Amino acid sequence: MKSEIKVPPMGESITEATIGAIFKQSGSGVKPDEELLEIETDKVNQVLYAPQGGALNLTVKTGDVVQIGQSIGWVETDAKAEAPEQPKPSAPSSGSENEKPQERPTEVQAPAPAAKKEETQASQPSVRMPKEEFLADIRKKPAEETPAVPKKTPTATPKIETARQETRKPMTKIRKVIAQRLVESQQNSAMLTTFNECDMSQVISLREKYKETFSKHWDVKLGFMSFFVKAVVSGLKEFPQFNSYIDGEEIVHREYFDIGIAVGSERGLVVPVVRDCERLSFHEIEQAIEKYGQQARGGGLSADDLKGGGFTITNGGVYGSLLSTPIINPPQCGILGLHKIMKRPIAVDDKVVIAPMMYLALSYDHRIVDGREAVLFLVHIKNCIEDPTRLLLEI
Amino acid sequence: MEDAFDLVVIGAGPGGYVAAIRAAQLGLKTAIIDKNATLGGTCLNIGCIPSKALLQSSELYWELTQHAAEHGITCKEASYDLETIMQRKQKVVKSLVDGVAAIVKRHGIVSFRGTARFTGDPHAVEVVGEQTQTVKGKYFILATGSDSIPLPFIPFDEKHVVSSTGALDLPQVPKRMVVVGAGVIGVELASVYARLGSQVTIVEMLDRICPLNDRGITRLLQQALKKQGISFHLSAKVASAAQTTQGVSLQVEAGEEHFTLECEVLLVAIGRRPYTQGLGLESIGIEADKKGFIPINHSFQTAVPHIFAIGDLVDGPMLAHKASEEGIAVAELAAGHKPAPINYLAIPNVVYTSPELAAVGLTEEEAKSEGFDLLIGSYPIKGNARARCAGDDEGAVKLVADKASGRLLGMHILCKHASEMIEEGVLAIQKKCTLEDVINASHAHPTYTEAIHEAALQALGRVIHL
Repeated sequence: MKSEIKVPPMGESITEATIGAIFKQSGSGVKPDEELLEIETDKVNQVLYAPQGGALNLTVKTGDVVQIGQSIGWVETDAKAEAPEQPKPSAPSSGSENEKPQERPTEVQAPAPAAKKEETQASQPSVRMPKEEFLADIRKKPAEETPAVPKKTPTATPKIETARQETRKPMTKIRKVIAQRLVESQQNSAMLTTFNECDMSQVISLREKYKETFSKHWDVKLGFMSFFVKAVVSGLKEFPQFNSYIDGEEIVHREYFDIGIAVGSERGLVVPVVRDCERLSFHEIEQAIEKYGQQARGGGLSADDLKGGGFTITNGGVYGSLLSTPIINPPQCGILGLHKIMKRPIAVDDKVVIAPMMYLALSYDHRIVDGREAVLFLVHIKNCIEDPTRLLLEI
Repeated sequence: MEDAFDLVVIGAGPGGYVAAIRAAQLGLKTAIIDKNATLGGTCLNIGCIPSKALLQSSELYWELTQHAAEHGITCKEASYDLETIMQRKQKVVKSLVDGVAAIVKRHGIVSFRGTARFTGDPHAVEVVGEQTQTVKGKYFILATGSDSIPLPFIPFDEKHVVSSTGALDLPQVPKRMVVVGAGVIGVELASVYARLGSQVTIVEMLDRICPLNDRGITRLLQQALKKQGISFHLSAKVASAAQTTQGVSLQVEAGEEHFTLECEVLLVAIGRRPYTQGLGLESIGIEADKKGFIPINHSFQTAVPHIFAIGDLVDGPMLAHKASEEGIAVAELAAGHKPAPINYLAIPNVVYTSPELAAVGLTEEEAKSEGFDLLIGSYPIKGNARARCAGDDEGAVKLVADKASGRLLGMHILCKHASEMIEEGVLAIQKKCTLEDVINASHAHPTYTEAIHEAALQALGRVIHL
């Protein structure tokens, strides 16, 4: 069975791209979501991942110019070349008896061996370990991700000196891409950061009051992120410059609200994009974020999930950051940084009270957004968070 | 008509009965069906076990007659009685077969004796035995194993033209025996009868014996077997064969040469093929491939998802322990568990000649063709202290490792206790150990296993006892 690999859309104005570095050669076995090759445009580089496990067949080589949507190869999901499958989150898991005989089994989709006890797992893990999987980590080319094996010569080195050594580890592909994009972001935009703080008491008390009911009703936890997403959407409506990007000599404004939510995964920070946020309710936002979180940890995020996005929210607070200067995700022109909620004394009506405060950071591209708009945008967000009723009333 | 079982196992060999026991341990209501009077399949009844019993008896005789004198022990009139040897073999088989039956019974597994057949309903088999019964199940495991492949021009009569089954039960030691096929079964049974005084000739189509094993090691084994009086015709094909008054006459073609071989007993050991006769698989949409194997996916499922196939019925080495591992995995799947993946590169194989050959992982040739740069370490048994005490000088240990990482890819041993020693290699490969790991593990002195240690050192240019 062939699983096609197509050049994905990479930005509103991008119609073609160039094939860059190829990481897996045609003919080699690949696992689902394994990095295959890089596609380059002037604005953005993207890594293409294997849609399924199997034998890779590429019809392009480095340097070829390809069109968006063009098929550049396929993965043959044959039983022989098949690499072990990852659990897919939404395959049917009930109904074990499948009376009618299926065709030649090449895919492990049949849900059968779920026993009487409800088995949550969706598809079968590979029990017959393919030879390639076992040998894979000693086949690595030096540029792949390995737990660092410090290069030793085969003969025993006298370990008399103490370990004043350095160890080298090659940069992974994804780290190289991240590095390149971060530098590009800083060099191509006039980036600076404005700060504010917000009192989280209202949001916290709202959550306390309704969190049980909310999670019972919607089967998802009520977090802070949905409030911030809604606040950002509200802000973007007031200050549309933030939902724009520069294309050549023009400023392009997006009429829709796609917001990227940065999540940590083992590969590094990834920013899956929640689509059409202005149409989503609180619970829908929370569900989308939870799903992305699971996928990020389980390795199920696709390239499509990561692209597009008009604005990004990142939360350093989960790691304990009090204040930071986030870097913009090009070609966006703003990024909101959330931080740790920390109780500290503030002045309210000339009295000292203890309030759960969060510092907010807004990094923005001064080419598109002026200082005044940036400050007001952040104040708008702060106001929405400090008094969530504003989100209800849309003011 | 019984209530449906959770799991119905068809075939009670090492794949089937082990699967059934595991399933019962996991709480599944299990049935096992076998057409034979005893459980244990080919392995216990007409395979691994009886052959090892005969190998043991014949080896003892060989040691006494060939080596006792070195030790100052006189065995002037050492002789053997074949009938006793065979009876002992039967006793060993019976004790194991009875043991399996007891374990199966103790686990509450219901045994059916008869031939199982699907007749269109994929959830039920008809068992034709003394009576005919229908056995229904939620899951099925096909574990019917394999049988010997005959030469196309002369069928087995299990008297003069024998498969391994007949060879394990000969009424007398043949004066001359020709063995066609120099795989594991061929060389083992050739050893048995050569040691008991038969003039044995092995005819093999390929240019080497035990073709699945490392070439360097099998060359050493062949030399050892030659010393035991076995003759070899490699790259030789049997063109035709016919029964004679005394036994069998064969026409052999080896390149340009054509010659005749005469013998009392012809053992055909050219391979085994999956056995699915009478199972009625076509009636439920399961088709075997050209070679007779049942196609399965990575979870052992056939074209019908609730029916699994394991062991000699599916691809992979035709080994009892491979079938057992697969049986356990399927039982765990049926019980809703996630079994540990089976790493086929870490399944050992053993040839019970003397010296024994045991191997796990890739041969040197295989590792090269996988594109690895290799470190090879070898060590001759002649240099090993324990072997010297025992008077052994035949054999070697060979390790194949990836040069860049030092990871062990293959271990190949030819020596007296290779079958027991190979487990070090199995664990090392399974756990992705390197040559350094093998070196840093202490090996008791004096043991044969030190040869493994020395081979690892040799691979890194630091061998000590050479």
